[in-house]
Amino acid sequence: MIPKLAIWSGFLVILLVLPQLFDSILAISILNQMCIAVVFGLSYNMLLGQGGMLSFGHAVYFGLGGFMAVHALVMIEFETLYFSVILIPLVGGLFGLLAAMFIGSFSTRKAGTVFAMISLGIGELIAASSLIFTDFFGGEAGVSGDRTFGPPLFGVDFARDVEVYYLAATWVFIATFFMYLFTQTPAGRMANAVRDNPERAEFIGYSARRVRFITFCAAGLFAGIAGGLFAMNYEIVTEENLNAATSGRVLLTAYIGGLGYFTGPIIGAVVLTLMNSLLSNYTELWMMYLGIMFVLTVMFLPRGFAGFIMMHQVAWFHGKLKTLALPYLITGLPALLGLIGGIALVEMTHTEEETFHFLGISLDPSSTTAWIVLGTVTIVGISGTRLSLKQLRSAWESANTPPSDGGAIK
Amino acid sequence: MLDIFFFATLNGLVTGLLLFMLASGLTLIFSMMGVLNFAHASFYMLGAYFAYSISSYLGFWAGLLVAPIIVGILGALVERYGLRHVHRHGHVAELVFTFGLAFLIEELVQFFWGRDTKNYQQPDVLDFPLFTLFGQEFSAYRGFMIFISMAIFIGLYFTLTRSRIGIIIQAAITHPTTVASLGHNVPLIFMGVFGIGSALAGLAGVIAGPVLTTFPGMAIVLGSIVFVIVVIGGLGSLAGAFIASLMIGLLQSYAIASDVGMPDLLELLGVSFERSHPLNDLWTLTLPQIAPILPFLLLVLMLIFRPTGLLGKREE
Repeated sequence: MIPKLAIWSGFLVILLVLPQLFDSILAISILNQMCIAVVFGLSYNMLLGQGGMLSFGHAVYFGLGGFMAVHALVMIEFETLYFSVILIPLVGGLFGLLAAMFIGSFSTRKAGTVFAMISLGIGELIAASSLIFTDFFGGEAGVSGDRTFGPPLFGVDFARDVEVYYLAATWVFIATFFMYLFTQTPAGRMANAVRDNPERAEFIGYSARRVRFITFCAAGLFAGIAGGLFAMNYEIVTEENLNAATSGRVLLTAYIGGLGYFTGPIIGAVVLTLMNSLLSNYTELWMMYLGIMFVLTVMFLPRGFAGFIMMHQVAWFHGKLKTLALPYLITGLPALLGLIGGIALVEMTHTEEETFHFLGISLDPSSTTAWIVLGTVTIVGISGTRLSLKQLRSAWESANTPPSDGGAIK
Repeated sequence: MLDIFFFATLNGLVTGLLLFMLASGLTLIFSMMGVLNFAHASFYMLGAYFAYSISSYLGFWAGLLVAPIIVGILGALVERYGLRHVHRHGHVAELVFTFGLAFLIEELVQFFWGRDTKNYQQPDVLDFPLFTLFGQEFSAYRGFMIFISMAIFIGLYFTLTRSRIGIIIQAAITHPTTVASLGHNVPLIFMGVFGIGSALAGLAGVIAGPVLTTFPGMAIVLGSIVFVIVVIGGLGSLAGAFIASLMIGLLQSYAIASDVGMPDLLELLGVSFERSHPLNDLWTLTLPQIAPILPFLLLVLMLIFRPTGLLGKREE
C-alpha cells in the first residue's frame, strides 16, 4: 500500500506545484485545459478501455453537463439558486449521470458495433437538436455565464484563472481518485470481464447489460464533471462542445495515451493539450500532424504511449533496460533527422513568405537547392532509421530474454 | 401540391441513388472484413477533389474516368498497407484506424487544396433543362446522376450474382478459408473489393461534387448518413442498403419540401400553448427543421427495436 500512497501524494503535489513552476497566463490556461482533458479522457477510458464500449458520442455527456453547469452559473448570478460555485462541476456531473442513465437504459443492451452506432446516432441527434432547441442550448451562440457572482469562499471569487486552476485541480484529484477506486470495485472488475467475454460473465450469473449500464453511467457522471469544469473555466458552452468533433477528440486522447492503462488518458490529455496549445502557435498544419501521429499510433503502438512504456517492464525486471539505451539512440537520431527534414519540407510547401525560417535556419523556398538539401536530409534520415531497425530489434530481443543465470520470472 | 410532390420525389431519388453508391461499397467492405469503414466518405470527398483538379486541365469527362481509378488505387493501398497491418490488433483498432484515416484525409485535403470551396462545375453539355413540368425545370445533370447510379447498381448486381468473379467474392465473404484452399488469393480479393468500394465512393464524389459543392467538410456531411443507411438496411445486405438509401433520400426530400409541423398537429388536437411556455421550441417545430435529424432518429429507433436492420441477418 505504501507505494500507492506515494503515487497519490506525488500526484497531488504535482497538481499543486505546477502553477508555481509555470505561472504565466498562457501556462495557467493550458493547465486548466489539461485538467478538463484529463477528467474527460479518463471517463472515456472507463467506457472503452475498461468496459469495452466504443463510443462515438461521448461528448454528449460532457456537453450536456457543461450546459447544465452554465445554466446553474446563470441561476446563481440571478440568485435563483444560492450555493458556492465550487460545486458547479458536480452539477454538470449529476446531469451527465442523468443523461447517461436515460440513454444507457437502451444503448447498453449490446456492445460492439451496435453500441458504437447508437452512440454515433445519439451524438448526431443531440448535436443537431441543440441548434433547434435554442432555449436550453442557446443556438449557435451557446450559453454564457459568470463564475464570479457566487458567494465567495474564504475571500476567493474565482475572478482569476489560477483560482479556477486550484478548483479544477481539486476536482481532477477527486475524480481521478474515484475513477481509480471504481477500477478496484467488483463492478469495475466485472466491467473488465464483460468487455473480454460477456458470455462467460452471463454464465456466472452477471447480467452483461447491467454491468455495462453501471459503467456507462459512471462514465457519464465523470464526463459531466469534465463538462462542468469546462463551463467553470470558459464561462461559455456551445454546440461545439457536444458535437462529433469533440467526441472524436476524446477518442484520440484516450487512444494515443493508451487504452486500458489507467495512466494512458492522462498522458494522452497532457500530450494533446500541449500539442493543441503550443504547436498551433507555430503552424497551421498541427491538425494534420495530429492526424498522422494518430494513424501511426494505431498502426504501430496499438496500446498507445502508456503501452509503449509498459512494454519495457520485462527488460526492467531483468535489469537490462540500460542495454536498450544505445540502440534507441542509434535508431532515434536518424529518425529525428528524417522527422525534422520531413516537417521542414511540408512547412516549406505551405509558407507564403519570401524566406522560410525553420529552427533558426533561413531558407529560400524559391531556390531548388533548399528543396534538394531538405529532401536529402529527409531521405538520409528515413533510410538511416530503416537500416538501424535491425540492431534495435536484436537488442530488444536480447533485453527481453531472461539472463541465463537463473533469473527466470517466478 | 402535385408539383411539389413530384419534384421532391425526383430529388429524393437523386440523393437516394447517390447515397447508395456510397452505401454499396461500405456494406460490401463490411461483409468482408466485419469493419465499418469510417473513411469511406473521405474517399467520396477525394473523388470530388481529384475530379476537380483533373477537370480544370482535361475537362469533366476525363475527371469522371480517371478520378475514381485514382481513388480506387488509393483505397487498395490503404487496405494493403494500413488495414491489413492493423487487423491483428482487433476490430476496435480497425474501426479506430479508419476513424483516424478520415480525420487525416480531411486535413490532407485542406493541405493540398485549401480550406475554401472549390468551383467544380458540371459540364456545359449537360447544362440544360431536361424537361419542364408544372413550370419547374429538372436539370439534365440530375438526370445524368440518376442514369450513372442506376447503371452502377445494375452493373454491380449482375457482376456479383452472374459473373464468376462475383461468385468468388460472395464465397470469400462467407467462407474465406474454403475459398483460399481452392486456390484463390483471398487477401487479394479483399484488397480488390476494398479498392472497388473506394472507387465507387470516388465516382459518387465525382458526380456529386458539382451539385453538393466541393469543400473539405463534404465527407462529414454525408459520412454519418451513409453509416445510418448501412445500419438501417442491415449490415452486409446490399439489397437492404438499396432500400434504405432510397428511403432516407425520399424521407429527407419530402421533409424539406413539406410545410407541416407541430403547430398543425396541435391545432388538429385543439391544444394551444403560450409563447412563453418553457417548451416553446418544441411546440413550434416544423418538419423541414428536423429533416437533418430524421435519419439519426430512425437509426436509433431501428437499433433499439430491430438491431439487425431491415434485411440484415448478422447477429452479434
